[in-house]
Amino acid sequence: MFDNFTPPTRRDLLTMIGKAGGAAALYQAMTVLGHAKDSQFMGPPKLSGAKPGATVLVLGAGLAGMLAAYELTKAGYKVQILEFQGRAGGRNYTVRGGDTITELGSTQKVTFAPGNYLNPGPWRIPYHHRTVLHYCKELGVTLEPFLQINHNALVHHKKAFGGKPQPYRDLMVDWKGHVSELLAKSLNTGALDTSVTAEDKARLLEAMRDWGVLDKDMKYTKSDKLGEQRGWERPPGGGVNGAPIANDPFSLSETLDSGIWQTLGFYAEHVMQTTMFQPKGGMDHIGKAFQARVGKMIRFNTRVTKIAQDDKGVTAAWTDTKTGATGETKADWMVCTIPAPVLNQIDFQVSDKKKAAVRALPYGNSVKIGLEMKRRFWETDHAIYGGISFTDQAISLISYPSAGCFSDGPAVLLGAYPFGVGAYMLAGMTPEKRIQAALEQGSVFHPAEYKAEFLSGASVAWNRMPWILGCCATWTEESRAAHYQDLVAMEGRIVLAGEHCSYYGCWQEGALLSSIDAITRLHQRASAA
Amino acid sequence: MNKAIRVATLAVSALSLAGAAMFAVPGFAQDRPGPGGVVAPADEGKELYEQICQACHMADAKGGGEDGARIPALAGNTNLANKDYAIIILLKGRGGMPWFTDMLTKQQIASVITYVRGHFNDYHDPVTVADIERIGTANPPVPECNTCGH
Ligand SMILES: Cc1cc2nc3c(=O)[nH]c(=O)nc-3n(C[C@H](O)[C@H](O)[C@H](O)COP(=O)(O)OP(=O)(O)OC[C@H]3O[C@@H](n4cnc5c(N)ncnc54)[C@H](O)[C@@H]3O)c2cc1C
Ligand code: HEC
Repeated sequence: MFDNFTPPTRRDLLTMIGKAGGAAALYQAMTVLGHAKDSQFMGPPKLSGAKPGATVLVLGAGLAGMLAAYELTKAGYKVQILEFQGRAGGRNYTVRGGDTITELGSTQKVTFAPGNYLNPGPWRIPYHHRTVLHYCKELGVTLEPFLQINHNALVHHKKAFGGKPQPYRDLMVDWKGHVSELLAKSLNTGALDTSVTAEDKARLLEAMRDWGVLDKDMKYTKSDKLGEQRGWERPPGGGVNGAPIANDPFSLSETLDSGIWQTLGFYAEHVMQTTMFQPKGGMDHIGKAFQARVGKMIRFNTRVTKIAQDDKGVTAAWTDTKTGATGETKADWMVCTIPAPVLNQIDFQVSDKKKAAVRALPYGNSVKIGLEMKRRFWETDHAIYGGISFTDQAISLISYPSAGCFSDGPAVLLGAYPFGVGAYMLAGMTPEKRIQAALEQGSVFHPAEYKAEFLSGASVAWNRMPWILGCCATWTEESRAAHYQDLVAMEGRIVLAGEHCSYYGCWQEGALLSSIDAITRLHQRASAA
Repeated sequence: MNKAIRVATLAVSALSLAGAAMFAVPGFAQDRPGPGGVVAPADEGKELYEQICQACHMADAKGGGEDGARIPALAGNTNLANKDYAIIILLKGRGGMPWFTDMLTKQQIASVITYVRGHFNDYHDPVTVADIERIGTANPPVPECNTCGH
């Protein structure tokens, strides 16, 4: 009876708005109601009613390609996928014991113990990557927390603290303490009197005292109160020696040397904020889940060498990398997800503008190195459970496994994940030398155990992966302005999709969002044709 | 109820403008290591080649891969007879070959090209910083490669 007076629930409202204004209106409304601000995802593309017999050829069985195949099949298209490698997933990739890593110039046999793995590519999924999370749920991929921030992990700078790594926690607390002290000092000398009102000044001083843990003289000094944030020389205990003893904070200069604000800034980025997830057992479970739906459509070991189209359809010429046989596959429409460094080398029948866009899109490089250790010494000996220790050496960081905390037996930690110069340096080495370098550099964090507990290693240098020759698309402000729209525009019967065709570079979210957008446009055009 | 929707829609237009402005700025945070890994490349041509170019073009500069997905050889590469060709590629990139203007100095670019042309080929006239600046100013188009993918 009183229904008319009940305020509509958010869901009712959204449904109504969706009906009235379509997807774009729905997205905007969701934004205002506090949902979805952080993703353009509006739910899977509910395509339907493909013309009977209409066919689509998908190039590449990465996430973008497999999503396209999955959703287009649901819409009624007959889909085929051609894939260079003998495996699906593309950059969605996990290596385990028994696997072979084939790079240009080398092969490695991975000998990790059962259950252990390295995610050489994607490894973490932020809570707001709604597309990835949606498909994980729809396809039954189990997710678990990825331990992103660990206050007890370490920060190393060659020139700070005589090269001794310090806990993230101590540096973070000291940074905030010193900055608070300085701001309080400026306020108290009246230096900011023209910038803040008297009332705000009083509130700021109170805030700095509290936030920075300053003493009664507004100085950042050792105290029990500080110990509660920074940890102790002697932690609180029971009985006779129960009273804690505080430890000494670092000086302002020392704190500056550590560059800690960069770490704080990094964790403050939207895509680095928690909650963070990973698929249980390895990132490739996402690719495998898609493969379970579209695997039958994939022709593996099939390297596309030429792409043509006319007003009747598309043709991809290919070489079977196992047998050397060549062939052609035809269809009405095409979704091409081949990464730009390879696509640039293929005879590709599109406009000069689109070719120029592909040509202007080099990929960055990165290397990941997995080190299997006999035991989880970082947990047992150092109380570090997951998270990242940063260094300014070439390896950039080491990261401790998020899964399997407290278990016995060997475990794999990420021994290197650099971009830029450090990545080139490691990539140019033989796989054996990479492991040596990773052990050498990583020892700075755990000198007593790092080399002694080492069992085996595996590395992937992305620029040497024969099917991509790089890591992720490198866009600049200029290249976006000059080429992005040309790259993503549907041309005749061909549309490109993938991480490189998005503003969400180097995230699976970008690959999936790009694919949804591409197939939605393809379906519109195919329906109108 | 109608009122609620109107409020929502009005507020949205302001927000989506802000959103549009935000999305117009490129350089979004990729997945990446974060702070750390601050290593400076060497100054000398040979070392630079080993630290950077070798990652792709291989230690013997013979490249790798197969037709259609190849890193070209720099050894015995007649395209390098013209030093400007190599300079343009290093300044502007092409396909899978990145530009190096944000990683190497002009002197480093000159040194590494000098090394590649002289050591893996027989072109011994040095490339200088003046050459780099000349190309930087002239801003010629990126040359095609007829041999790279094949
Ligand atoms: C080091 C690294 C770290 C990353 N970290 C994260 C992360 O933490 N979280 C996250 O969400 N994302 C991360 N990403 C990004 C994510 O991996 C990509 O955005 C996404 O997997 C790209 O999917 P795609 O389908 O666009 O391309 P791909 O997965 O590259 O698929 C392209 C497919 O095309 C095939 N192919 C290539 N050439 C040919 C040819 N000639 N013929 C036929 N097929 C061909 C390839 O074999 C491949 O299977 C990371 C990537 C890297 C490399
Ligand atoms: C990330 C991998 C990568 C790195 C690192 C790299 N290159 Fe390249 N390079 C390529 C690829 C791929 C091509 C072919 C580009 C194309 O398809 O047009 C290429 C092409 C070239 C060419 C043109 C060859 C020709 O015949 O047209 C030159 C010259 C060159 N690279 C020099 C260098 C030098 C010098 C360095 C080190 C400073 C370097 N490259 C580092 C991948 C790389």
